[in-house]
Amino acid sequence: MEKQEFDNKFSMSLDAKHINEGFARSMVATFCVQLNASISEINDIKTAVSEAVTNSIVHGYNGNDGEILIFVGLRKNVAYIKISDKGIGIKDITKARQPFYTTKSSQERSGMGFTLMESFMDKLNVYNNSYGGVTVEMSKEIKQ
Amino acid sequence: MEIKYSLQGNVLQANLRGELDEYTAEYVRLSLDTLLKDISCVSSAQLVLDFSGVSFMDSTGIGVLLGRYNKFSKKDISMFIKNPQGHVDRILKMTGIYDIMPKIG
Repeated sequence: MEKQEFDNKFSMSLDAKHINEGFARSMVATFCVQLNASISEINDIKTAVSEAVTNSIVHGYNGNDGEILIFVGLRKNVAYIKISDKGIGIKDITKARQPFYTTKSSQERSGMGFTLMESFMDKLNVYNNSYGGVTVEMSKEIKQ
Repeated sequence: MEIKYSLQGNVLQANLRGELDEYTAEYVRLSLDTLLKDISCVSSAQLVLDFSGVSFMDSTGIGVLLGRYNKFSKKDISMFIKNPQGHVDRILKMTGIYDIMPKIG
């Protein structure tokens, strides 16, 4: 994603705290408004960002201190979003992406996070970083 | 997140207002579980969750609902979801929540 040139972009780093989830999704969604996204498209993006950030806090850092990096790039009418952490990573990404799969069922997790990200965005790529942690890359074309 | 309650006969309605995500989930869990104790003694009790004021929900909210369903159904308390807004309605539908908590209103 870094190699692409964007018409506009922004990035931020924030502490892996639950209180920051609302801030993160609102910031990303607000930035994407300039593509003339509809309310429904904005809600799709908000949900996908919320899921990725929650995953980093709950699974990546397991509630411990950590840092989440968010990048948003806009090119033509497509929003590219990249969310990374430096947590423990995901053992089996294929399994993690299956609907209702969760490693924390005792905590009332639905296991639907990646399913919602896939449903609401056009593309979703999830991988473990070589330096540790997980990166979620996703994109959505805004129908103008 | 703010939750207000009203009881009419055997129907307890909980009006949720705000965003249901990981940050607010624990409050919703604790609030509804406290209700469970209060209405366990009501015969044929029903719990209506009024979602008209829920402006955002992600999969954490689904986990909260499934967890409450597991607890309430053990006490034979039926649950319903009332007036969910567009995007929240879509998530509830996609995840099959309406199979166990029918939508009303």
